[in-house]
Amino acid sequence: MRSISRALSSLQRCARDCSREQQESLSCVVRPFSSHAMTETKSSQGDDVPKKSMNLFSAVNQALNIALETDPRSYVFGEDVGFGGVFRCTTNLAETFGKHRIFNTPLCEQGIVGFAIGLAAMDNRAIAEIQFADYIYPAFDQIVNEAAKFRYRSGNQFNCGGLTIRAPYGAVGHGGHYHSQSPEAFFCHVPGIKVVIPRSPSQAKGLLLASIRDPNPVVFFEPKWLYRLSVEEVPEGDYMLPLSKAEVMREGTDITLVGWGAQLAVMEQACIDAGKEGISCELIDLRTLIPWDRETVVESVNKTGRLLVSHEAPVTGGFGAEISASIVERCFLRLEAPVARVCGYDTPFPLVFEPFYMPTKNKILDAIKAAVNY
Amino acid sequence: MRFRALRSGFKFQNVAGRSLRPGAGGVSAVGRNGDHLDSSLGAAKPSLSPSSSSSNYHTSRLSHNRGDCIRPIGVTRHVGAYTSRSIAAQAAEKQENDSASSKGGDIEVELLNPFKLHLLESGPPTHLHTNKDELMKMYRDMNVLRRMELKADQLFKTQQIRGFCHLYDGQEAIPAGMEAVLTYDDCVVTAYRDHGTFLGRGGTVFETFSELMGRKTGCSLGKGGSMHLFKKENNFYGGWGIVGTSGPLGTGLALALKYTKKPNVTVAIYGDGAANQGQLYEAQNMAALWNLPVIYLVENNHYGMGTAEWRASKQTTFFDRLHYIPGIKVDGMDAFSVKAAMQFAKDHCVAGKGPIVIECDTYRYHGHSMSDPGSTYRSRDEIQNFRQERDPIERVSKIIVKEGIASADDLKKLAKDIRREVEEEATKARDAPQPEEHELFSHIYRLDTGLVTYGCDRKKDVELA
Repeated sequence: MRSISRALSSLQRCARDCSREQQESLSCVVRPFSSHAMTETKSSQGDDVPKKSMNLFSAVNQALNIALETDPRSYVFGEDVGFGGVFRCTTNLAETFGKHRIFNTPLCEQGIVGFAIGLAAMDNRAIAEIQFADYIYPAFDQIVNEAAKFRYRSGNQFNCGGLTIRAPYGAVGHGGHYHSQSPEAFFCHVPGIKVVIPRSPSQAKGLLLASIRDPNPVVFFEPKWLYRLSVEEVPEGDYMLPLSKAEVMREGTDITLVGWGAQLAVMEQACIDAGKEGISCELIDLRTLIPWDRETVVESVNKTGRLLVSHEAPVTGGFGAEISASIVERCFLRLEAPVARVCGYDTPFPLVFEPFYMPTKNKILDAIKAAVNY
Repeated sequence: MRFRALRSGFKFQNVAGRSLRPGAGGVSAVGRNGDHLDSSLGAAKPSLSPSSSSSNYHTSRLSHNRGDCIRPIGVTRHVGAYTSRSIAAQAAEKQENDSASSKGGDIEVELLNPFKLHLLESGPPTHLHTNKDELMKMYRDMNVLRRMELKADQLFKTQQIRGFCHLYDGQEAIPAGMEAVLTYDDCVVTAYRDHGTFLGRGGTVFETFSELMGRKTGCSLGKGGSMHLFKKENNFYGGWGIVGTSGPLGTGLALALKYTKKPNVTVAIYGDGAANQGQLYEAQNMAALWNLPVIYLVENNHYGMGTAEWRASKQTTFFDRLHYIPGIKVDGMDAFSVKAAMQFAKDHCVAGKGPIVIECDTYRYHGHSMSDPGSTYRSRDEIQNFRQERDPIERVSKIIVKEGIASADDLKKLAKDIRREVEEEATKARDAPQPEEHELFSHIYRLDTGLVTYGCDRKKDVELA
C-alpha cells in the first residue's frame, strides 16, 4: 500500500514538475540518452556545484563538447571549425569526436545553412557556424524562408528543430563595416526561429546547450568582444538555462534597463554611476530575443515606471523598437517618461568613427537622468 | 604532419605541370595551346542586344589583334576619341602611353609557362615584345607596391593602421600585367585584397596610406579603410569586404558597358576561396546568357584564408569550371603572361564573344590578413620556394639585367629610392588630419536628410541635415 501511494505521489510530483517545465520553457528535448541533463538543470547553478574560471570561448567550447557527447547524432560544421575556428570556440572538437562530426565547409553561407536544415530535418542536431554575423546574409533566405517555416508549412510533419546557427556578432573595437554588425533585429522579425544572445561565459554555456536541445531552430549570437575579455566561474558539467526567460540582474526602483549581450556590461556601469547619484536602476538581461519574456519586463516597468533599452544595432528598426511598442501597449498609464532607446546611430557601422557611434555608458547615463527628471 | 600532407597532396608546379625550377628553359617543345578541351565555342551565339554592328566595328578596327599570330604588343591601350567625358584625362594618358609604349617592341620576352585553355581553339601567344620603358615601368610599379605592403605591415604592427589589413605582396604581377592592357575606361572590381589593384588603377601610395590610417585624405575619405579603396575617375569599383560580391557586381558593370557600345571590358576579380560562392555561378550564367564583356579574373593564391584549395573545392581548377564560359590558366607570378592573357581576353570580350575566365596561379607571401601569421597552414619552405623561384619582381629584373637596360646595382638603387619615397608618403599620410565628426553621418543617403538622432535631454530629437 505504502509503496503504491509513494509511487502515486512521485508520479504526481513528476507530472507537476513536467507541466511546469513545459509552461516555463520548451527548452528540454526529451531524448533517451540526454535525459540526465534534465535532472541537472535545477541544481547546476548553485554554490555547491564545482566551477571553473574560464572565458567565453572556452565556455562555448565546453558546451559544444557536452552537446556532442550527449547526442551522438550532433554535428558541428562551418568555415575553419576543424582547426578550432577563428575564435577558438571549436578547439579540440575534431580530435575528440572525429572529423566526420566536426568538419570544415567551403566558403558558402547559403550552402552551409541550407545543408544544416537538411541535416536537421532528419532528426540530427546540426550546429552550423557562420564565421561572422556580418556574413549571415547569404543565408538569410534559407533561415527565413526555409528554417522558420518548415514545421508550419508541413503541418508538423517535418521540422528542423535540431538546427542551431552560431555566429559572433557585435563591435570589437576595430571591426569596421563587416566584422562588427549586430543583425539580431532582422531575425527577430521571423516567427518560427528563436534568437538567443548570452552575456557571459556561464550564461553562454547554459543557453547554448538549451538552444542546441531546443526543438526549434535557434540563431545564437555570441558577443565577440567578450570572447576573451569576459571571465567567469562557470559550473562544470551539463546544465541548461531556460530560453524565453529574462533575468533580472540588478533590482531597482526608479528605472528599468533592458539589454542583451555585450551591451549589458556597459549598462551595468551606467547603473552603478546612476546609483551614485541616487537613481536606483533595475537591469534586465533579455537573453532570448524572440520569443521574448514580456512578463518580466512588464512587471518591472510596472514597478519602476520608466524604461530604457540599449543595443549596438542602429536605432531605427532595432529590437528596442519592438520592446518599446510592446511596453507602451501594456504599461501606458504607468509610464512616467517616454521609453528611451540608446542605440547605435542610423549609419553603417563605421571604422574610424566607432567611438562616436557606440552607445556608451555616458549616453546611457544621460538618458537615465533625462527619463528620471522628465 | 599537416605540412607533409600538403607537400605530398599538392605540388606547386607551373601550369604545365612541370616542377618548379628557375628558368626552366624554352617552352618551344610545348605548343602554345597546351592542353585544351575540344572547342565547341565556334561562332559566338547571337546575342540578345543589337550589338552586331559594333562588333563588326571592333573586329575590323582591331584586326591585328587576332589571338593566333605572334605580333608586337606594345602598350596597346584602346584610347578612343569618342569618349567625351574624359578627353583631357585620356590625352594625358595617351601621352604617357606613347612615351612608355613601343614604337615597335625591340625586346622579346619568352613566356616560361604555357597557358592552359578551356573551350578555346587558340590562346595567347607565348612570345611577347616589349621595350625598355615598359620593363622599367613594370619594375618600378611592382616595387612600389611591394614596399607599400611591407610598410603597411610595419604600420599595422605599430597600431597606426587598425581594423583589417590584407596584404598583396607576392601577387604584384597581376596588376602589372593587367594594367598594361586595360585603359581607365575599363572597369575593375575586386575583393578585399585591393591595395595592389588600387595602385594599378592609378591610386597613389599617399591615398592608400591615408585610407589605411583613417585620414581624411584617403581615397574613401577615411571612411572605408583597407578593404574599401575606390577610384571613380579611373573606374575602379573597389574594394569589397564580403567574399564573392565582385562577381555579380562586375557582371552588372559589364552590361552597362555593353550598352555604351564602347570597346571596354569589366574585370571582376575574386579568389580561390570565393569560387565556391553561389552568387558567382549566378553571375557567370547571366554573363554567358547575355554575352557580356566581363573577364572573371581568379587570383588563385591557393589558400582561402587558411584553407588550402584542395580542402575547399572538389575541383581545384577555376578556369574550366563551366562548360559554357571559356577560360585560360596563367602563371600569375609572371607579369608578361598575365599581360598576354589579359590582352587575349580583352580582345575576346570586345569582339562580342561573351565572358571569359582567367585563372592566375599566384601566391601571397603574407598571411591572409595581419592577424594571420601565414605559417600555420603552409610551410616556410613553401613560401621560401616561391620567393626564390617565382618572385614576380625578380623575373622582371632578370630580364632587365639580361637585356642590359640597367645593371643589378642600378636596380638596387632604384629599389632603395622607392623605399625612401614610400616611407615619406607614409609619414605624410600619418600627419594628415582625421575626418571630421559630421562625416559619420554624411553620404548615407543622397541628400543626407531625414537622419534623426537624439540629444541627451530626450525632449527633442535633433535633426541632422
